[in-house]
Amino acid sequence: MKMCLAVPVLIRSIDGSNAVVDLGGVSRTISLTLTPEAKTGDYVLIHAGYAIGVLDESEAKETLDLLNQMMTLDEKGQPSKESDST
Amino acid sequence: MKWIDEFRNPHLAQALLTQIRERAGQPIRLMEFCGGHTHAILRFGIRTLLPSALEMASGPGCPVCVTSSTDLDRAIAMARIPGAILTTFGDMVRVPGNHGSLQSARAEGADVRIVYSPRDAVRLAQKTPDRPVIFLGVGFETTAPGVAASILEAHEQHLDNYFVYSLHKLTPPAMRAILDAGEVKLSGILGPGHVTTVIGTEPWKSLSAQYHIPIAVAGFEPLDILRAVSMLVDQIHQNQVRVDNAYSRSVHAEGNTTARTIMNRVFEVCDAEWRGMGMIPQSGMIPRNEYAAFDASKAFETTVKPVSEPSGCRCGEVLRGILLPTQCPLFRRTCDPDNPVGPCMVSAEGACAAYYQFGDQPRED
Repeated sequence: MKMCLAVPVLIRSIDGSNAVVDLGGVSRTISLTLTPEAKTGDYVLIHAGYAIGVLDESEAKETLDLLNQMMTLDEKGQPSKESDST
Repeated sequence: MKWIDEFRNPHLAQALLTQIRERAGQPIRLMEFCGGHTHAILRFGIRTLLPSALEMASGPGCPVCVTSSTDLDRAIAMARIPGAILTTFGDMVRVPGNHGSLQSARAEGADVRIVYSPRDAVRLAQKTPDRPVIFLGVGFETTAPGVAASILEAHEQHLDNYFVYSLHKLTPPAMRAILDAGEVKLSGILGPGHVTTVIGTEPWKSLSAQYHIPIAVAGFEPLDILRAVSMLVDQIHQNQVRVDNAYSRSVHAEGNTTARTIMNRVFEVCDAEWRGMGMIPQSGMIPRNEYAAFDASKAFETTVKPVSEPSGCRCGEVLRGILLPTQCPLFRRTCDPDNPVGPCMVSAEGACAAYYQFGDQPRED
């Protein structure tokens, strides 16, 4: 148990405030009490049996796009500048 | 999206490293607050790839490590109450207190059980109505909301044999204590990604402005960490101070308001003792009066003798970022994961355990 570590898992199904998730090929029931907005098909971060956040796919893609752009610029030998996504 | 592999792409990591190397001219010391970051930095060899002008100091973000030995002794005393079942996370069981560990108490007959979640402890309380089930709650804002939810669940089910010994701690007061002490000169802070998923970026914004220090909140994959380091190097290079979010797929400015509401409904803030840092005002969490019936520290009187830290153990300095684990005279000699002297060698998030497991890695440049 790594206390501040949380892992991304896929929600397979939801029953009330519980969800069945796929954790490394093993099905596990977790609580959605802290993330009532989570839906089937979402990826959530689980920590000590509770989902603590729903992962945002568009933000993930945007981060990867930014990094890819930066790498392309670097390869061309142009000054690269990472934009602030705060 | 697989959520992990993409954030370990070696080509993107190389591009970030190039950017960091280009801009890190002056000596820079960053603190990674979180023990999870310390482990990732060593595990992925990030420390060896950073320019030598850039130092990473590990911080106090290991909940097991900062649990004071007096508090741990109290938990051991609770485990020895006849009939009681003491439940907690795996790491806590092996940490040496002043008079043995939870593990040694178990060997002597105490019923100490490792659980994955506080919900497991609630289920156990349902199944054993004639025995008190005490959950030893250790962890930061990432963990406390779930433990609060377990108290609400026990309350709804009218369980009178579920108790929490809350040693939960808040991260911003500890970061402030380190900056106030000024023992380690920091140019920037790698903010804890999962704590911030819950508390949001606001507490870090006020801290950054007050202490005039750049912060970048980071996830736990190599690209997350390198991107946050790159953002910090940029801020320092451009003489700017702000909070950057390098973990936007999980961290939103407002945090997880549901989790915070549940945490604040059950817990109130109190002063707390941190191993290696002493008493930090308003840095702990205990159940509010309304939920006092679930508070193990009120339900069970325990007396423990105040004592000093183990002789020669320098966990305190490691936790404050002023000593590398390898600089401790006990490291690898008398202290290792099989026979840990201090908690930093026990926990999966402890800096000493990380240095032991992955080695003190030489820099490439």
